[in-house]
Amino acid sequence: MGMEVAHVSASGMGGMRTAGDLVARMQISRRMKIKEAKGYVATRLGVSVQDLADPIVMGELRQDLNIGTVAPFVGGAKGIEAKLRIAELLGIEINCVNRFRDKVK
Amino acid sequence: MQKIFTRMGDGSGVELSESELKQDLEEGTRDAAERAKVSPLSQDELAYLFDVYSSPARFVGVDHGNEVIFSYDNGSYKSKEDLTEIPLYGVQEAQVYEKFLGADILDLGQIDYSFKPVKSIATFEQQALEYALLVTTVPMFYGAQPNLGSYTQPDGPCSNPMELLPQGKITEARAAQEEMMEHAVRDMVYVVAAMYESGADGINFDTVGAAGDIDFLATLRAVEILKKKCPQMAMMMGMAGEFVLGMHGEVTYDGVRLAGLYPHKQVELAEKAGATIFGPAVNINTDRSCAWNTARAVTFVKACVEVSHIPVHANMGMGLCGIPMANCPPVDAVSRASKAMVEITRLDGL
Repeated sequence: MGMEVAHVSASGMGGMRTAGDLVARMQISRRMKIKEAKGYVATRLGVSVQDLADPIVMGELRQDLNIGTVAPFVGGAKGIEAKLRIAELLGIEINCVNRFRDKVK
Repeated sequence: MQKIFTRMGDGSGVELSESELKQDLEEGTRDAAERAKVSPLSQDELAYLFDVYSSPARFVGVDHGNEVIFSYDNGSYKSKEDLTEIPLYGVQEAQVYEKFLGADILDLGQIDYSFKPVKSIATFEQQALEYALLVTTVPMFYGAQPNLGSYTQPDGPCSNPMELLPQGKITEARAAQEEMMEHAVRDMVYVVAAMYESGADGINFDTVGAAGDIDFLATLRAVEILKKKCPQMAMMMGMAGEFVLGMHGEVTYDGVRLAGLYPHKQVELAEKAGATIFGPAVNINTDRSCAWNTARAVTFVKACVEVSHIPVHANMGMGLCGIPMANCPPVDAVSRASKAMVEITRLDGL
């Protein structure tokens, strides 16, 4: 127990603290390796590859783009709302987003 | 000469001289190279590992820009499974992983974490998954193990090969395993299709090959079927050990005999079947140092990454890939194994 903290601190991107979830989405939707996935996301966001794992840069950018933050602001996109925007931002299909769209048509 | 503090594979502290540490690293990589018939680590890579393991720092990390993706197995039931007695519902625990632990890919699963028991409660799991997908942002997988052992008598319908083999009933044991596989493939396809219908981003086939080559084959076949049935579903295959046990001994996939395959050969078949992410697992030897274990694990995984066209996420939980076999692995050992694995193999995630 607890080794997740050590692992993520040593070598993790940081999930939605940074752009980890976005890079992960490129790995799982297009089978991109890490270098290609990071490059794709950095280009889409207009930041450097190094910025992708920076919680200060990405925290502000995530708030500007309204794609979900660790501590969401009032009225900000949360959960499925954030994923709707992420699908558009990255130009990918997200299974639960597609199903959500079908339900609210 | 100053001694270097490091740890054994069970997590206990040990002091080594510089020459002992170098010897452990050399022996670790040589062991993996000989077993898997792959290249050992270069002198530069061994020197890098020596620096990592001889550092007096309590904690080490990768250089800026080298961070990788973190996916999990049974991430939503760690608190219950590991008996920490924190009364968290699975979805809540997934949210803790998302918001507090920096997970890049979440995992929801049932506490037994095997496909067979999930089949009978699939609708309840779908409800939990659908709710979880509404309130989380990072990708979410559903996870379970093929666990072919659960299909043997008295818990399952098939004769137990582990009872038949000692009796010399080889043919009967093989037939039983083939019957187990049919059940397992059917259950995996049923459960994964249900989770796909509920919106999961992916599925984590965890601890693949635990029951040997037939377990690996069952998962490859399930992945192949599901790739057509659920095209948007990411499929992660995480292995049980560094080589596939030949419990059957004769089964093949795409003309390749499965028994005895090491990670760089396993990944080729996973890729052919349609897997999205492959997770090599290298078991720890508790009688050797963490440095020996990490050098060995990194050698296997480096060869795997070199041939793979899909992302590779090494299994680096307790007792795997240089992480000590202990309930609370020390951060010095975890961070060293983590950094070494990422920066030498250039893999895609853990």
